[in-house]
Amino acid sequence: MGARLTQKRLEEKMEELLKLLKKIKPEVNFEGNEHLIDNEELDSFDIVSIVAAINEEFDIEIGAGDIVPENFNSIEAIYNLIQRLED
Amino acid sequence: MKKNILQYLEQTAKKYANKTAFADINREVTYSDFLKNSQKIGSSLSNIEKMNQPIAILLDKSVACLEAMMGVLYSGNFYTILDVKSPNERLASILDTLNPVAIITDQKNETKAKEIANQRQQIYLYEEAIQTEIKQQMLDIIREKMIDTDTIYILFTSGSTGVPKGTVISHKAVIAYAHWARETFDINENTIWGSQTPFYFSMSITDIFTTILSGATFYIIPKMYFSFPVKLLQYLDEKKVNTIYWVPSALCIVANLRALEEVKLPYLEKILFAGEVMPTKQLNMWIEHFPKALFANLFGPTETTDICTYYIVDRKFENTESIPIGKHCDNCNVMIVKEDETEAKKGEEGELCVRGSFLAQGYYNNPIQTQKVFVQNPLNQSYPEIIYKTGDIVKENERGELIYLSRKDFQIKHMGYRIELGEIETAINAIDNIIACASVYDETTDKIVLFYQGDKLEEKDLLEQAGKRLPKYMCPNEIHCLDRMPYNANGKIDRKKLKTMI
Repeated sequence: MGARLTQKRLEEKMEELLKLLKKIKPEVNFEGNEHLIDNEELDSFDIVSIVAAINEEFDIEIGAGDIVPENFNSIEAIYNLIQRLED
Repeated sequence: MKKNILQYLEQTAKKYANKTAFADINREVTYSDFLKNSQKIGSSLSNIEKMNQPIAILLDKSVACLEAMMGVLYSGNFYTILDVKSPNERLASILDTLNPVAIITDQKNETKAKEIANQRQQIYLYEEAIQTEIKQQMLDIIREKMIDTDTIYILFTSGSTGVPKGTVISHKAVIAYAHWARETFDINENTIWGSQTPFYFSMSITDIFTTILSGATFYIIPKMYFSFPVKLLQYLDEKKVNTIYWVPSALCIVANLRALEEVKLPYLEKILFAGEVMPTKQLNMWIEHFPKALFANLFGPTETTDICTYYIVDRKFENTESIPIGKHCDNCNVMIVKEDETEAKKGEEGELCVRGSFLAQGYYNNPIQTQKVFVQNPLNQSYPEIIYKTGDIVKENERGELIYLSRKDFQIKHMGYRIELGEIETAINAIDNIIACASVYDETTDKIVLFYQGDKLEEKDLLEQAGKRLPKYMCPNEIHCLDRMPYNANGKIDRKKLKTMI
């Protein structure tokens, strides 16, 4: 039961993140996209906006050291970054 | 002074033959190889058998693009850099005005080049041009015919009508301008530039041509690094970059994401900026980390090659103060002209007008727009003398420094007051946690509308903070918090877009 609840919470969080990203960059298809940075789908202004929005929404502090391409290439990578910072 | 920029390149290549001239993420070239490659491309293009014609370059920001630029000059023609990321429609509209005789591209961009070209335009591939034998005799004949007022390039900016305007710049203007920049900022063979601005943007003229004049080294920073400031600063450190000339938004990203605390940059000595108003809050963050570095605010339009006035930061500024645009560059004269076409007195506002060798010849195939802003000097009735009206409203402060107030089009009349929207932005930018802001004026409802990005504030709190810094009549009437500010291709806040959002 507990595990299922957690699973549900994770899914909700992912939904929330997707909604946040879509709001900043509606023209990008985030789902299943693993080359957001390599394919230049997100630019520097997007990254600044995404970092600010995540910090506020999830109440975390993404430091400059965590703002590296590997952490932003896919929605999963961004999600993992949030998870790591929340722990 | 010489009459042709290639003479400077040849002189520098002789003196610093084995030194790195230009480098991108894939490739580094020495001055001697850079020269040879440019001459090969020039020899290949000389087959066109035409001089003083436009040739378009569709290449990524790379060493190859720089070689193609010089190659076009060797062929006796002039170039326009096309943005490979720009939509085909915009490029087609530029080509319509430009009607180039050829397009230089590479295998990577060949398809796009074919899509936008018409029958007149022969397509040259970089990979093939670089294999051509240097036809020295031909290049000498071409050079012999060239004069200093020949065009070196045409740079397209977005016109107010939506049709891009092509600013025509001569060898003479670039040489005069690059001399000023080299002397003022002591650019020499030990300078290592970290280049941020695109080659289709006038700011790149400064880094490229001072490099060619002085034997400096020029690193093209991959665009992607500007999204990841720590990586960016590590790159600057690795390449021992000591001089940068960036748009304020690039400097702000580094400051806002707190990257300056992560990486030390012992080599960085000179930090120049232009293109937009530099927010003082973020400038102060940079100064705090580089107390010994030279900071300079450069100011000017594409029509004066790049810059006409500058200010070297020599005192402390509060976050609520704006940075002056200083005084005229050497060999360039500016005057403040009032609406009645007389010169403004100290403290009076007026339009900044420029005269001298930095000036463009006008707009390519566009006499109507040219005649609007390249006009007879109203203060000289005695002989023909063309000046350029910048459309920027400025005044002189009590220290004799020029202060930028706003664009002529941004100066508004609201509740009976004349207001500069720029002043409102300076005040709002000083508020903590504001990442960026811009204000526009809605004529139909007589409202000042503020757009900002940053931590969401209650409208009441924001207005209260603004009220501490602005008179009541200058406070925004409507406030929108955006997730992301719209920016144009040059990285400036897109105010036209904002106006459509009210």
